[in-house]
This record gives sequence, structure tokens and C-alpha cells, in this order.
Amino acid sequence: MQLTGAQALIKSLEMEGVEVIFGLPGGAILPVYDPLIDSSIRHILVRHEQGAGHMAEGYALATGRPGVAMVTSGPGATNIVTPIGNAHMDSTPLVVITGQVSSAAIGTDAFQECDITGITMGITKHNFLVKSAHEIPRAVAAAFHIATTGRPGPVLVDIPKDIAQSMMEWWYPASLDELDLPGYHPVVDLDADRVSHAVELIRAAERPVLYVGGGTLKSHASPQLLAFAERTGIPVVTTLMARGAFPDSHPQHLGMPGMHGMYSAVTAIQKSDLLISLGARFDDRVTGKIPAFAPNAKVIHVDIDKAEFNKVRRADVAIRSNVAAVLEAWDALEASPQNLEVWWKEIDAWREAYPLVYDEPTDDTLLRPQFVVESIAKAAAPGTIVASGVGQHQMWASQFWKFEEPGTWVNSGGAGTMGFGVPAAIGAKAGRPDRVVWCIDGDGCFQMTAQELVTARAEGIPIKVAILNNAYLGMVRQWQEMFYDERYSEVYLSPDLPDYVKWAEAMGCVGLRATNIEEMHTAIATANTINDVPVVIDFRTDSSEKVFPMVAAGASNDDIMVHPLQRES
Amino acid sequence: MNSPEPFLGATSHSPVRHHILSVLVENKAGVLARVAGLFARRGFNIYSLAVAPAETKARFSRITIVVDAESAPLEQIVEQLDKLVNVVAISDIAPKDALERELLLATIKTNVDSRTSLLDVVGSSGAAIVDVDAGSVTLMLAGTPAACDELERELENYTTVELHRTGRVALPRLGKAALAAVPD
Repeated sequence: MQLTGAQALIKSLEMEGVEVIFGLPGGAILPVYDPLIDSSIRHILVRHEQGAGHMAEGYALATGRPGVAMVTSGPGATNIVTPIGNAHMDSTPLVVITGQVSSAAIGTDAFQECDITGITMGITKHNFLVKSAHEIPRAVAAAFHIATTGRPGPVLVDIPKDIAQSMMEWWYPASLDELDLPGYHPVVDLDADRVSHAVELIRAAERPVLYVGGGTLKSHASPQLLAFAERTGIPVVTTLMARGAFPDSHPQHLGMPGMHGMYSAVTAIQKSDLLISLGARFDDRVTGKIPAFAPNAKVIHVDIDKAEFNKVRRADVAIRSNVAAVLEAWDALEASPQNLEVWWKEIDAWREAYPLVYDEPTDDTLLRPQFVVESIAKAAAPGTIVASGVGQHQMWASQFWKFEEPGTWVNSGGAGTMGFGVPAAIGAKAGRPDRVVWCIDGDGCFQMTAQELVTARAEGIPIKVAILNNAYLGMVRQWQEMFYDERYSEVYLSPDLPDYVKWAEAMGCVGLRATNIEEMHTAIATANTINDVPVVIDFRTDSSEKVFPMVAAGASNDDIMVHPLQRES
Repeated sequence: MNSPEPFLGATSHSPVRHHILSVLVENKAGVLARVAGLFARRGFNIYSLAVAPAETKARFSRITIVVDAESAPLEQIVEQLDKLVNVVAISDIAPKDALERELLLATIKTNVDSRTSLLDVVGSSGAAIVDVDAGSVTLMLAGTPAACDELERELENYTTVELHRTGRVALPRLGKAALAAVPD
């Protein structure tokens, strides 16, 4: 069967089970958009290529399947660089197809030419510049294989226009051997010696903590984690990337560790004698000052990516594996500490002394942002998916929402990409239309990517957006208040400019505003009744609210600052 | 972790704690850029780098990289390199096990007086004459990096028009066991 390269590309995507592509056409990718008309794959036409990338990420985070985005060459390609970098930091499986100028024009500074494989070399797991139509099926199959196996990540496939237009005899790789990847070996056998060495450490531990990272979600290991945790009684912390991997309602869950983590989670790690890291990478936002991080703990480090071992913290036992396989092996060996009663007594005292708190809601001030998040959560249907941007609102969402299952928290962790929330929520809803999707956003973030609500309305993707509008770039404001003598530099945004309600309405969404507690409850209830179009609520929140607990950048986790209400007078 | 300014290029002084990585890569466009880019963005120092097609015909190339193990733990350098999809195999050759060689080419401006003594230097260092004309001599030395360093020092007494070194390539010194493991 003779196909054009473009037809072969679409057919290859179908072979990989792609159900939705987020994209925007342009000159160099034009040939590929023609056979798309005849394909079963749904295409969601975005308003900016950054939106396509974040939607694909949101789709991947909510469904566990790779997200796919397609854009044109030059500025189309550079506009999607931020999502690619974001996916690389958060190990999100993504396949990005970019058009490229014709082969003969490459290197001539042709119209809309850019070296996107060069630009994304450091922020993709791998990328391909396809040199013949015959190679398209192999490149696509390899891209999906690389993006989804081992430590997942973004893979970019760059296709020159003439390659998409030229003819090829259709074929598709029938086996991994045909992918021709002699240097790619994502899976290895479990090292039995290391597994049993770890078992010895677990048996000897008196103050162990399960430090659960995003890799636990990536390897779908939540059931194994629950079984292991319940059998051993070991306390669990879930990082920002692992929220939902272990139920927040579970009594063994201490919450999120790190810069804005729960006091009990941060302190349990600090005082632990054994840290069992499951798909986590000792990020600086978790460790604080590295030499002072969990100073008396031995470390068992489980990761599929062996480059993570000893990168930040030396491991006593490093096990290269997906998280699920190791937990199953430990269960089979009945690895368990002897007695954790004393340890739990200490932990419970911390939990009791330092729960998450905020000042009492009152109509004497603007809304407390934490109260808004809690109120939305309380009124939300079970299984609601929450996306967020980056900043204070993100931390409050992570702290005050109760996550009970994998795939319900969609956020930008490692890269900290403002503007992630709205498009990521749209992608999540496209992948899980059966679920309610809330985006908890900040006013600064919302202004970066809000135009994608036009996409959401046009494509019938009814997400709900809560803007915690404190009229500031809130996290920067918090740092300027605390560490720069309240010298506020370039952080004020205005609560009224833009008018978020009118803006929402102009984009075909329902726009609501809440300035006091009653309006807040009404707006949330109204939003929950609207399921056909997107809803945006402008919550007017108090700009003096800060995220606590907090460990200052570069400080030891021992120096955690609790909420002012909890400080001794 | 410290991350000093990365720099490229051979130096006449051997790094204090250098390691030699012999990296087998797929012979594809852009692979050298992937390797070099990795070193740059992770802050690993390269002392020298040599690339050529490997013994296994056109499909693979071998990159010999002398790295500064002070700039980053060697383990990190190796593991990060190994994550590049086009990198097929990495062998780390410890300095004590390395059979290292490098090529030095130099054109020296000469006159009647200096030519004789230069020829003495050539003779005693094991270098060879590659080209001679009325005002210059071009010589070469294929030898250990130390021998190249030594020759370079001796040439400081002359007027050097141009001097190039290739960067080193290396093979591991095989023990009996390793040799026995190789099929005939």
C-alpha cells in the first residue's frame, strides 16, 4: 500500500492507539493536517501552541497514557518548548510532532525554519529528525516506546514538509528490534541481593518513612504501596508529584514533605532512621539544605533511572526498578520493622501540635484562599480532578485538597511553569470526560494561558476554573514580604484589570464573582450545576495570606516556620 | 554539587583526577552534539575529545573523552551519558589501566642556527619530520600524553607557527582473564 508520509504519520499514530491530538496547523505541517480529516483521531484546535503542550501533559497526567501534540515549524515549535521542558522535569510521557521546512531548505534560514531538535536536545528524553517517509513509522513507534518506558518523558519527532509529501510503501515495526534502538535498555531484572539488603534495613528500622515520589504514580504502584504500607505500618509522605498515590484520608499518611510541606511529614523525615525513597529524586524543594536533610537516616533509593542514585544523596541501597516490582518483592519477603509504636507516638504528637491551619474565615477581610480551596473540595464530586498553576494557589491546592486516588492531581512540579493550570485542566478533561475537573488558579497564572478557555468552549470541554484573585504575583509577594523587607517590586496586578467575569463571558464561558463567604458558597454551588460550558469564578482573596508551613530556600528542614497561629508568643 | 565553568579543548597539563571514557555511539547526525551538550549543561568538564568510526564498521562511532572527575562524580557523568538513547556502551578506563596515545603536529619557524638543534629535539623525543621547507619544519609525535607534553615544553625554545594536538585515544590494558573472555 502506497501512502504519503503524512498519511503514514497519521496511520502510525492510530497504530499507537492515539485518541486525541492537541495542535495547531501551519505551513510546514500542512500536509499532515489533510489526512487528519479522514482519521478517527480527535484533534483539538488550540489557540496557542503552549496550550497544546500543556493540554497533552494534563491528558497524560490524568489518564496515564502518553499525550500527543502537533504543531508547525519555527514559532509553532518554539512555542511548545516550555511544555516540553515542563514534561521533561516531571517525567510526563509526551509525543510532540513538529513540522519542519523541506529537507533542501534546512540550514538556509528558510521561512519559519528553526533547529527544534537542537533546541530541545536538553529537554527531551530523545528526539528525531525524520529523513525519509519510509522512516516515519519507525520514528513514531520509537517515540512512543521511549516516551512511555523506563523513566517516561517527552519525545519530539520533527518531519520536513517534503518528507510528509513523498510516497512510501506502508509498513509498521512489528517488534522492538525493528525500532533500531541499540542504546536504549529501559528495563532490567530486579537485583535480588539489593532487594534483600533493603529488607535487612527495613527490619532493623525503628523510625522508617516511605518517601513517595512521582515515580510511584508513573509505575502505577498505588495498590502495592497501600498493601506494603498497611502490612508494615510505616508512615507515608507523598511529594508534590505524588499527590494521590496514597489516600490523604489514610491514617498513615502524613501529607506532603518539603518547602511547604506538613510539619509532621517534614519532621518525620528529619528524624527518621530509614528513608525508603520510591520514585523520588531528592529535589531541593524537598530536601532544603542538603547536608542537614534527614541526617541520621539510611537511604533505600528505588528508581527506574539509575542516574538518580547518589546524585543528591548517597544511597545505602540503590535498587533500579519500577516501584511496584520492588514493593511486591518486599512483600513476598515479609519485610517489616519490628515495632513502630514509639515512632508513631512521636509522629502523632507532631500531627496534633501542628495541623494545617489558617485564620478564621470572616467577612471583615477578603476571602481566605485556603477556605476557598477547602470549600470547593468539600462541594466537589468524588473523583474530581484538580489542576493548578504555579505559586501560592498551587501549594494551597496541594495542602487543602484531599487526594484519594492516582490521576486526580495535575500540576507542574519541577519546572514550576506559571500558566500550566487552564490548558492542563482542559487536557485532563479531554482524557477523562467522565470526571469533574477543577482548575485552582492564580490571577497571575490565569492571565498567561486563559485564551485556551476559547478552545475549551469551542471543543465542548466544560472545566471549572477558580481564580484565587489576590491581585498579586502572590508567591513572589510572599518572598518580598518575608525576605526583602516588604519591598514589593513589580508584583501588583490589580483585582479588576482585567475584569475576569467579562473576560470569561467573552470566551463563551460562564463568569462568576465572589467577594464574601456567602457569594463564595453560591458561586461554587452554581458552578457545580453547570456541566455544558466552562465556568470561571473570580474569588477575591486576601493578599496578605501566606503559605505555611515554610522552609526558607537553602535553610535546614529543622528550621521549618509554622503558621503564626501556631507560634509561641 | 559544584559546577565550575565547563570548558572545551586540550591542555598541555593533565587533569589531576582524569578518567578516560570510551563511548560507543550510534553513527548518526547530531550525536556528538548530544554528548557535548550533556557535558555543558550538567557542568562536567571535558579535557579532550576524539571521535572516529569504531571497529564495528559504519554503524557506530567511538568517542574518547577525557573527563575531569573533580568537576562531578564520575558515576554521575557515566549514568547521565548512558541515558542518551544514541549511546550504546560506555567503558571507563582508569588512568592506571589506560594505554593512551595522542598525536602532536607542529610547524616550527627555523633558520640555519635553530634547525640543527630542532632536529636534535626531534631525534631525542622520537618525533618525526613530516615536511620541511626553507623557513620551517613540520614535525609529528605519536606518543603518550606525557611525551607530547614534554615535546611541547621543548618546543617553547623555538618559534612555533602552529601546534595541534588531537586529544587522546585509549584502550584498556587487558588482564589475562579479560583476554581469555574474548573469542578467537
